[in-house]
This record gives sequence, C-alpha cells and structure tokens, in this order.
Amino acid sequence: MGQQQDIYYVPSRSHWPIVAAVVLFLTVFGAAHWLNAEPGDSGFGKTVITIGAIGILCMFFGWFRSVIRESLAGRYNHQVDTSFRMGMMWFIFSEVMFFGAFFGALFYLRNYSVPWLGGDGHGVLTHQFLWNHYAASWGAGGGNGPEHVGGTFGTVEPWGLPLLNTLILLTSSVTVTIAHHALRAGHRGKVLIFLGVTVLLGACFIFSQANEYMEAYRELNLTLHSGVYGATFFMLTGFHGLHVTLGTIMLAIIWLRVLAGHFNKEHHFGFEAVAWYWHFVDVVWLGLFMFVYVL
Amino acid sequence: MAHAATQDHHDDHHSAPKGFFRRWVMSTNHKDIGTLYLVFALTMFFIGGSFAMVIRAELFKPGLQLVQPYFFNQMTTMHALVMIFGAIMPAFVGLGNWMIPLMIGAPDMALPRMNNLSFWILPFAFLLMLSTLFLPGGGPSGGWTMYPPLSLQSSSLAYVVFAIHLMGISSIMGAINIIATILNMRAPGMDLLKMPIFVWSWLITAFLLIAVMPVLAGAVTMLLTDKYFGTNFFNAAGGGDPVLYQHIFWFFGHPEVYIMILPAFGIISEIVPTFARKPIFGYKAMVLAIAAIAFLSFIVWAHHMFAVGLPMGAEIFFMYATMLIAVPTGIKVFNWVATMWGGSMTFETPMLFAIAFIILFTLGGFSGLMMALVPADFQYHDTYFIVAHFHYVLVTGALFAIIAAAYYWLPKWTGHMYSETWGKIHFWNSVVWVNVLFFPQHFLGLAGMPRRIPDYNVAFANFNMISSIGGFLFGASQLIFIGVLIHCVFFSKKKATDRVWEGAKGLEWTVPSPAPHHTFAIAPIVRDEELAHGHVED
Ligand code: HEM
Ligand SMILES: [Cu+2]
Repeated sequence: MGQQQDIYYVPSRSHWPIVAAVVLFLTVFGAAHWLNAEPGDSGFGKTVITIGAIGILCMFFGWFRSVIRESLAGRYNHQVDTSFRMGMMWFIFSEVMFFGAFFGALFYLRNYSVPWLGGDGHGVLTHQFLWNHYAASWGAGGGNGPEHVGGTFGTVEPWGLPLLNTLILLTSSVTVTIAHHALRAGHRGKVLIFLGVTVLLGACFIFSQANEYMEAYRELNLTLHSGVYGATFFMLTGFHGLHVTLGTIMLAIIWLRVLAGHFNKEHHFGFEAVAWYWHFVDVVWLGLFMFVYVL
Repeated sequence: MAHAATQDHHDDHHSAPKGFFRRWVMSTNHKDIGTLYLVFALTMFFIGGSFAMVIRAELFKPGLQLVQPYFFNQMTTMHALVMIFGAIMPAFVGLGNWMIPLMIGAPDMALPRMNNLSFWILPFAFLLMLSTLFLPGGGPSGGWTMYPPLSLQSSSLAYVVFAIHLMGISSIMGAINIIATILNMRAPGMDLLKMPIFVWSWLITAFLLIAVMPVLAGAVTMLLTDKYFGTNFFNAAGGGDPVLYQHIFWFFGHPEVYIMILPAFGIISEIVPTFARKPIFGYKAMVLAIAAIAFLSFIVWAHHMFAVGLPMGAEIFFMYATMLIAVPTGIKVFNWVATMWGGSMTFETPMLFAIAFIILFTLGGFSGLMMALVPADFQYHDTYFIVAHFHYVLVTGALFAIIAAAYYWLPKWTGHMYSETWGKIHFWNSVVWVNVLFFPQHFLGLAGMPRRIPDYNVAFANFNMISSIGGFLFGASQLIFIGVLIHCVFFSKKKATDRVWEGAKGLEWTVPSPAPHHTFAIAPIVRDEELAHGHVED
C-alpha cells in the first residue's frame, strides 16, 4: 500500500503541461479545419496539423527527457514508482474500454442490426417496407448492408497473413518477457538481443498489416466504405495497428535506453510500462483475430 | 525515517512562487491547480447560464420571440455541453484536487505535472467548442447527446468531436491521478475504511470516469468517421443502426450522470455530520451504497432509450435494473437524515444548501423512478418532465452540493469567513427560484410539452412564463454568490480559525487557515477520534 511514507517527491514546476495543451489544441484545431475545408482551401488546416504534430513529438521528447533525467538523478523513490505504475495500469484500462466501444459496435452490428435489417426479430417491418430483397449475412454477401454500400467485396482469409501476424505478436510477447527476465538478472547483452528481436517483430507485423490493407483495397475491394463490415474491420484493425506502431516506437526507445544503461536490476519501470503496453496490444489482437477474422 | 517531502524548489517550500505565469501556468501544486479548476468551472457556469437565459427568454411566451429556431437549438445543445463538461465536472475535480490531499494527509497529488496538464487542456477544449458558435455553419445543434443522423448534418461536428476528445483526455488523466493519490499517498493510519466519504466517492467516481470516457471517445469517433470518412456505423443502408449510437452513448451517459452526483454525495456526507455534530450514520453502508450505485450504473443505460423501439426483454431488464438503483440511493438519503436525527444542529449556509440538496435531490430521484417504468416513460420521454427530472438532480443536486462545498471550505482556502448574511440571502433566493423555475416543468411535461422546441402550444403559456421568471431570478441570485466570493477572497476582515466549524472533523481542519501552500510535507499521525465518522467497527 505504499504507506511507509518517508519522502514524497513533489516535482518542480514545469512548462511541459502547457506546451502539451497548446500542441494538442493546434493539432485538433487544424484537423477540424481540414475536415471542413471547402475545395480551393488554402491548406491552412494542414499547416496547423503539421505544426501541432511536430509540436507533439517535441513535447514528448522534451517531457520524457526531463523525467528520465530526474529519474537518473535518483529523485524518484519507491512511492513515486508506485504512482507511475498505477498511472500506467489505469491508462491501459482506459485503452481497453476504448477498444471495448468498437468491439461492442461489432457485436451489435453483427448480431442485431444486420439480422434485423434482414427481417429477423423486431426488424420485420423495416425489412418488409424498405429492403425486402435483402438476405442478411455477415461477411462477403451481406456485410455491407441492404444497399451493398461500397460494392461487392471479398474478406481477408484468416489463415494466411492474419495467422502469421498472430504468430508474430505472440512470439514478440515471449521475447519481451525473456528480455525482462534478462534485465532482472542483469544480462544486458541478452536484453538488447531479445528486445531488439521484439522491435523487429513489431515492425514485421506493421509491414504485413500494411500488405494486407493493400490487398484488401486493391484486390478484394474491401474498403472503409464497405458497409458495416468494412467499417468495423478497418476501425478495429486500424486502431490496433496504430497502437502497435506506437508500441514499437516505444520499444525502440527503450532499446536505446537499455543501450545507454538507464536501467538496472531494480529500477526499470520505463521498460516494464512498455512491456505491459505491448502485452495489452497483443491481447487486443487475439480478440481481433477471433472476432474479426476467424468467426 | 525522515518525514519530509522533498521539494525541487526550496524557495517555494512555504509560500507560493512569485510571478503569474510561474505560479499558475507551470504549477505542480494541488491547491493552485484546484483553484484554477474552480475558477474555470465558475466561468463556464456563467457562460452556460447565459445560454440558459436565452432559452428561457425565448420560451417566455409562445410563438417565436427572440431567436431563430436553429440558434435556439444551438443554445440548448451548448448549454448542456458547457454545464456538464465545463462547469459541474471541473468543479468536482477542483474540489477533489484541493481537498483529497488535505483529507488523506498527502503532500500533493500523486502525479502533479499530469494534474496541471489535465487542467490546461480544458480551456483549449472549450475554446474549440465555443468557437463553433462564431463559425459560418453555427455551433452544434443536435442536442448534447449528438444522436445521428441529425448530428451528422452539422459542419461543426468535427470541432465538437475533437473538443470532446480533449475533455476526455483531461478527465481520464485527472481520474488516474485521483486514484493513484488515494491508493498510494495516504498518511500512515489512514486505512481505506477510515477515509472521509468524500474521498471514497471520488475514488469510485474516478473509476467510472476511466471506464466510460473512452467509450464516449469511441462513440464520437464513429460519428466523425461516418461523416467524414464514409463509414456506415449508423447508416442502415450499409447495415448500420442509429440506435447503436444511442447504446454506446448511454453506456457512457448513465455512468456519466453518476460521475456528476457521487462526489456530491461525498460532499453532503462531510457537511451534514459537521453541522449535526454527530458522526455520519452508517459509514460502511454509505461507502457500499456508492459502490453499488456505481456498479448498477453500468447496466441501466437503455432507460434512456425505452421509446426508441427495443426488444421487449431489454425493456423489462432495464426497467428493473433502473428501479434497483433507488435502493442504494434510498440508503444514502436515509443515512443523511439519520445523521441529523437527534443532532445539535445549526444552520449555516453550507448546511442549508446540504439540507436543500437532500430534499430536492430526492424529488429528482422520484421523478427518475417514474420514468424508469417503461409504459409511463413512453409518455414522459422527450418532454419537459425529463428536463425537470435532470435539473432537480443536477441543479439542486450536483450544483447545490458544489455551492455547499464552496461555502464549507472557503474559510479554509482563504483564511477568511464569508458573509453569513449574504450567504443566507443567496441560499433563500436560490432555493425559492430554482423551484419556481423547475417545478412547473413537471406539469408541462406531463401535459405533453416536448423538450428542445423553441415554440409551443398556447396551452402551455402560463407555466412557461412562471418557469422563465424563476429562471431569470435564479440566474440573478447567482450574482450574489459572485459577490460573496469576491468579498470573502479579497475584502473579508473576519479571520477564520483553523477548525472553522465547531463540529468539523478530519485532517483538513488540522492545518492552518488559509491552508499553507504546502501541507503535510511531514505525514500526519491519524487518530480515529479526529475523523468525521468517528470510530468505525471492523
Ligand atoms: C433514482 C435514480 C434515477 C433514476 C431512476 C433515473 C431515471 C432516468 C430515466 C429513466 C431517464 C430517461 C428518461 C427519458 O429520456 O425518457 C433519465 C434521464 C436523465 N437523468 Fe436520471 N435517473 C436517476 C438519477 C439521476 C441522477 C442522479 C442524475 C444526474 C446527476 C440524472 C440525470 C439524468 C439526465 C441528465 C437525464 C436526461 C438525459 C437526456 O436525455 O438528455 N438522473 N433518468
Ligand atoms: Cu440514466
């Protein structure tokens, strides 16, 4: 419970929070402007997004640099460490709920709204009056709704690239755990190797996911517009892919930090936080593989 | 063990740093950040309030009077968004920031820089949202619930969605901070079951926030992609369903209304024992009731959708689940009353607001219970009855609790007493006019007047006029509050004692008034008899 409250470290004032607030604002303001841009727009929105995004990168760099410096200077005690851990755990929980919204949408669309449109349950009248030709099904036949929005499409075969991706991510979870054990045992060389492998596996995943997207768009005509099938497919895998990308970048940074000797056997919260995050991304993928690809 | 908190800057170990920017913008101090939150919430309260005045002015008489219907709709939408996300929620976070470390004997919040970021995101989020009122297409006008397809027609959607994303980030970080503070920073001896109920209520609220703000983010993201990126989540032609949005939104929305009332429960549970000079009745039951309400809040969301056409089984399930909430809520009301029972009560302004809370919040709960009945709700849904319901729970509930808290802790924050006379004038004006404002809306709703409509049948004229008069006077009464605050902060000569209230108990009353810039650098020793709820049996 962290009750042996000897010294709590209250950090000094910092300009990073206000910088963060400003660059976040610029990014979304630019994005909103860009989304509403009329033809012949000056590109103001895009410029602002770019400034904001670069600002976000600089902000993360600067903020983490100051935290790492303070950490290396030994300012953070056990209690601060616990606060950080709790922060990361609850952050991951919030991410779980974010994905939960999209999984919930998938279940609802698949099990209720599409069958209802096909005349199931209390959808009888909608079906009769609006789309009485529609034979509801999920996947290639009817997953894009009664008006076949986006045109005929094919689905991604689960036992090809997606299976490979599953294996890649599962392996990467193992390698990052091996790296963690090695770190606790103090074998820095081994840490670098296994963490490095994890980063490469993450990169492989992103690469093969990108291939899958290209195949979907070019050959299967499966796009974001392919009715609710396309929407759930791309939103779920897309947000997951984004998280894998972030996770891979974070792992790479941790790799550099191991190289720089920032961690020792006891103190390596940065490593652990990223490892947790990686496992989370992995678990989400298992859900995706099951519910988006296989079933 | 050295019982001291290290401070990076020894110069501000005892007093606040000089320089506006350094003190307020770069702050890592829970009290300063709490003040920022409270000032921000007060500002938003008046901005949202001015929108409400526009609404009531338009509804003063039947027929279109002052504004165009489209602008009227922007006012109702913006009023709700500003009050919910800009006034009520930040006010509670501000109170939590100020009081939680003081109540559990912690030197500050667990993650002070993130705390500052949580705050500073908010002004920008509201800048983004309010700016839409000045854009060519106008602000959002589809209601704060943003149901598609209506909400998808507005060009301001992207701005509002991004503003909500920012508010979500802010709330989630704020909530993480509060959980980490409560779980990790308590003084030795402050066991979980010795914590003040306000702290408990915030712990559970923070959990709710982390659980549902991301869901709201997901819902509005789907709106965004439906409008701008060609997805079909809410479009039946592509297999989607507008009702799906309502499910996701209310999965967030119902816990959200408890996010706005649980900290209020906590505040009332602090104030009532102080002025009844008795420990809270049934401490553990109070804590468990909060937890039970929080749990139930996840399984009642579809009571907002009874009239939309749900399968019968769902209607029945959600009806019973909703009615169940009345049980833990009833326990709380009973225990507040039992705390007062036989106490030696005095009626200072915070206590007056607390008592008004108990009575009027309960009234709002009763109308909620009426709407929980599916067949009855077919009649009430989307009428002024709902408007009356949620204003009783939110204005005389959440807002009264916030005002009560402000009066209660103001002497601790500023070191001065506010003017009790003017506090009472503020109270009596508020409590009278708020009822003139909202009580007739029950009748309007039962008679069938729809909400969110700028014009109405002449049959509704009288009650609307009464309601509008109540509205203007309630709004004006809040100017008294501003006067009392300004007087207390800048001009009051009457020094507050450390204890402030004769019956006040808890760690926050052991530090000097005004609370020094840094408190509990040395962790205090917690004694049971010092706690508001006295000794709790294990
Ligand atoms: C005993 C407890 C409660 C019950 C049984 C209850 C029940 C309900 C029901 C059934 C509705 C939907 C009515 C309809 O749209 O047809 C509703 C709406 C609402 N309730 Fe409650 N409620 C309770 C407490 C609360 C509390 C504590 C709050 C907030 C602090 C609250 C805030 C709201 C709001 C804001 C709405 C309207 C949302 C909208 O459509 O804009 N309720 N309530
Ligand atoms: Cu509800």
